Amino acid sequence: MDQFTINLLFVGASFAIYIGIAIWARAGSTSEFYAAGRGVHPVTNGMATAADWMSAASFLSMAGLIAFVGYDNSAFLMGWTGGYVLLALLLAPYLRKFGKFTVSEFIGDRFYSPTARLVAVICLIICSVTYVIGQMTGVGVAFGRFLEVDNTTGLLIGAVIVFAYAVFGGMKGVTYTQVAQYIVLILAYTIPAIFISLQLTGNPIPGLGLFGTDLASGEPLLQKLDQIVTELGFNQYTAHNGDTLNLVLFTLSLMIGTAGLPHVIMRFFTVPRVADARWSAGWALVFIALLYLTAPAVGAMARLNITQQFWPNGTDAQAVSLEQIETDPTYDWMATWQQTGMLGWEDLNGDGLIQYYNDASPDMQERAAAEGWEGNELNNFNRDILVLANPEIANLPSWVIGLIAAGGLAAALSTAAGLLLAISSAVSHDLMKGQLTPNISEKGELLSARIAMAVAIAVATWLGLNPPGFAAQTVALAFGLAASSIFPVLMMGIFTKVNNKGAVAGMLAGLLLTLLYIFLHKGWFFIPGTNSFTDAEPLLFGIKSTSFGAIGALVNFAVAFAVSKSTTPIPSDIEDLVESVRIPRGAGAAAADH
Amino acid sequence: MSPETGRDSASDGKAYWAANVRIIKISLIIWALVSFGFGILLRPLISGIQVGGSDLGFWFAQQGSILVFLAIIFFYAWKMNKLDREFGVEEE
Repeated sequence: MDQFTINLLFVGASFAIYIGIAIWARAGSTSEFYAAGRGVHPVTNGMATAADWMSAASFLSMAGLIAFVGYDNSAFLMGWTGGYVLLALLLAPYLRKFGKFTVSEFIGDRFYSPTARLVAVICLIICSVTYVIGQMTGVGVAFGRFLEVDNTTGLLIGAVIVFAYAVFGGMKGVTYTQVAQYIVLILAYTIPAIFISLQLTGNPIPGLGLFGTDLASGEPLLQKLDQIVTELGFNQYTAHNGDTLNLVLFTLSLMIGTAGLPHVIMRFFTVPRVADARWSAGWALVFIALLYLTAPAVGAMARLNITQQFWPNGTDAQAVSLEQIETDPTYDWMATWQQTGMLGWEDLNGDGLIQYYNDASPDMQERAAAEGWEGNELNNFNRDILVLANPEIANLPSWVIGLIAAGGLAAALSTAAGLLLAISSAVSHDLMKGQLTPNISEKGELLSARIAMAVAIAVATWLGLNPPGFAAQTVALAFGLAASSIFPVLMMGIFTKVNNKGAVAGMLAGLLLTLLYIFLHKGWFFIPGTNSFTDAEPLLFGIKSTSFGAIGALVNFAVAFAVSKSTTPIPSDIEDLVESVRIPRGAGAAAADH
Repeated sequence: MSPETGRDSASDGKAYWAANVRIIKISLIIWALVSFGFGILLRPLISGIQVGGSDLGFWFAQQGSILVFLAIIFFYAWKMNKLDREFGVEEE
């Protein structure tokens, strides 16, 4: 059976499962559509949260980001998991106790202010829409590579599948599909990693293999990796090369941003009790950790494998020859990926060899002059292909490659569905029922939620087909907004008695300052050339715009406290609301009277 | 509810919330210590401790902090669910 048929089988089978779940889990009420009837087991919700959270970025990009930077990109590992501690301790149990359907609804009720709710809805929609673009382009890439269909067809197939289970099943359909998608994506991620860890270190657990011994050289794996990358003029893998301030602030921004992302928070509305919300956050992190503990091993091992493939006789001997790349089956992956335009090499000095090294390093420039090299000849290496190409690079069986194809699609589709659900509930519940047509019947609201979902899918598909130029910058934007606007206001709503004016002023200050800082560095509305500063030479104390979310959050807190202190304290019924959110008793009742 | 028991449950509620905030504070100190501390700022101080080809700080940044985060969340869930019952504020 050829690779194409195998990929088709894996992807087809996984899609059949998702459709089957869609038919089984149709939503009949708004409670089922928004919160899966609040009947989801905490472990099940944990698994669905993991799939919801782990996007195309976690699955496809993160290992590549770590592989080519090393220690400094540990920020992604700590940031994207550490946020769950904040979520579990500071938000999830209390928001579940509150017992409504959307994040903005809590903000509106707690701060007795339609303005606060509206600002929250706007933040939520911007966060979710920017995020969903990345997922849709990820779907296109995975289809394009594995099923040999063009980007557009791939994207449309993906959109139809999401439509089937998200529009009809709502949160209920999405939850159970995400459970299936989690299983597919975690198998797809860990199985190749286990094979590779066994090949390189003899240890079946990648996270342990990372700190194990490289069997080929008999040296510790990380020491070997440090050695060969520094010999080629690259930064030492395990060393801290960037600046510490940005590493701390970037990690903190990712943590706060993670805890403030609405599509993740709303998953905790689906469990039956407050106690379950606490457990469920733990289970979510268990399922997330399976991938996040594996990713740094995947990154380091792939970097070692790739570097050694280009220097098969060691870094001080001759580089790999063009002839070997063309004839040796070990190098077949290079030709495959060259066709996608994401990998490219060129024999600049015409010696028939491909030298891969850091041509910006002075030591290497000296060696290049001595040996007649004319620059790094692996001149195009898109880091996003690392996870997808990894099984081919390690010569794993073809069914593993089929599994990776299904896994990449599962990661992108599950996150897209969660985001679309957050968008549609914001539109139908917060805007329609909350502001425009408060007397809408439950049936009417359910219908408008479905229409909003269908429109959101159409918009996301269109944006996926015509990605705006700033698509790559949107992660900074989504996390910056969630960190600077949503997280602080939720936390203050539970832990302090900040009033309506304080909340609105804080949210706006955090949001606008963060947006301003990002736009000053990345260009106004990401239009190239309109920026006044760059992240290489940032405006304030060397803080990069990607690390600014944490500062925005601090400003939000400070402004909210200052304004709240100088204006009228909260009324007594809101005081009672805060007290009731803080104790678990009565959570069932809160759900039932809705 | 008599005014007396009303006062009792109010002071109980305060004690419950104070206990919760104390547990959160301790948990967040550990959360920051393993990630921002051992993983980043204190890494040079503990770099003498070797862990398979690198040092303890690198291990905390790429593996250890995540494992401690897990332990914190499960500890918090267990501790709070117990505290709910002690103060009689658990769900029916």
